[in-house]
Amino acid sequence: MSMAMSEQQPTEPGIVLTEEQKRRRRARSIALALTLGVLVLLVYIVTVVKLGPGVMNRPL
Amino acid sequence: MTFASEHASLDPAIPAGAARAEPSMAGVGDYLALLKPRVMSLVVFTALAGLMLAPGQLHPVLGFFALLCIAVGAGAAGALNMWYDADIDAKMSRTVGRPIPAGRVQPGEALAFGVTLAVGSVVMLGLMVDVLAAGLLAFTIFFYAVVYTMWLKRWTPQNIVIGGAAGAFPPMIAWAAATGGLGIEPILLFLIIFFWTPPHFWALGLLRADEYARAGVPMLPVVAGVAETRRQILIYSLVLAPVGASPWLLGYATWAYGLVAALAGALVIASAWRLYRAPAGDVADGAAKRLFGLSILYLFVLFATLLVERGAAAFVGRVFA
Repeated sequence: MSMAMSEQQPTEPGIVLTEEQKRRRRARSIALALTLGVLVLLVYIVTVVKLGPGVMNRPL
Repeated sequence: MTFASEHASLDPAIPAGAARAEPSMAGVGDYLALLKPRVMSLVVFTALAGLMLAPGQLHPVLGFFALLCIAVGAGAAGALNMWYDADIDAKMSRTVGRPIPAGRVQPGEALAFGVTLAVGSVVMLGLMVDVLAAGLLAFTIFFYAVVYTMWLKRWTPQNIVIGGAAGAFPPMIAWAAATGGLGIEPILLFLIIFFWTPPHFWALGLLRADEYARAGVPMLPVVAGVAETRRQILIYSLVLAPVGASPWLLGYATWAYGLVAALAGALVIASAWRLYRAPAGDVADGAAKRLFGLSILYLFVLFATLLVERGAAAFVGRVFA
């Protein structure tokens, strides 16, 4: 029984990225982070522009 | 041996031999290439013209945001086009180096990238600028990615004629973003790009006819032959010239634009005529190349003149107000 179970376990370590794949993944991650940051900033600026002075005019 | 074939049987839920995605080799540049930056630059330029020519005052930040959404939407359509056309791209020297056929980007990555940007650009344009503009952008992406790429391109030699509408929409989208509506002027801008597309792409098609035939794409030179393509190019050039001058003819632009449009139109017709009359061989290839280059210059000059005219009018209006 235990022998059968151990046979079902993968013996290989799974996906192992090469150094080049790791380098490209890191570049993609940085680009995505920067893009999201710029998007957040843009949405903030556009929101302020659209609301104008009304951005402060709200009930407390 | 690939990762997929090595590991296909490790997971019992996945039958042996089933395809699995390789770890991505995509760089940031590959994702940018999926957006077709050269097409995107033309889209931004023509959309800018639509934005600047529209009456009313759209805040510059909102105008920039609208252009960004239109550019990203166009890029999304380009990514979806590359995803679907990867099999064709792999057979043509002009496109074999694109990220998917070159193996750097997985098809699924391109699909996810395209869909995400398409939805994102449309939603942001609708929420932040104008709902009509967002609807037009959504229709444009659908028209390019589904109607042109999935249907027309592999089915009819009129593919780039009808599909050219997708490339002609950006000035209308920008106009709608600025005004919340449409009018005759943006329709004229649409028509200029629409009638410009066939001579532009068929000139390229003549130069790449063998590759299109090998890839099974029914471009006009492949289906109807070189002579008929040259005739069609000449006909569309004859239609394009007056359409190009129509903003002046209908009173939306000054005589200066009319003069530029008439001269540029005459040059395009002359170039198309030389191609029509050229003997086969290198002379014809040279004529097609010249027409292809001239057509790009034609569109740039017309829209740039409209932009300069509008800028000059605004400056004069401010000085003498």
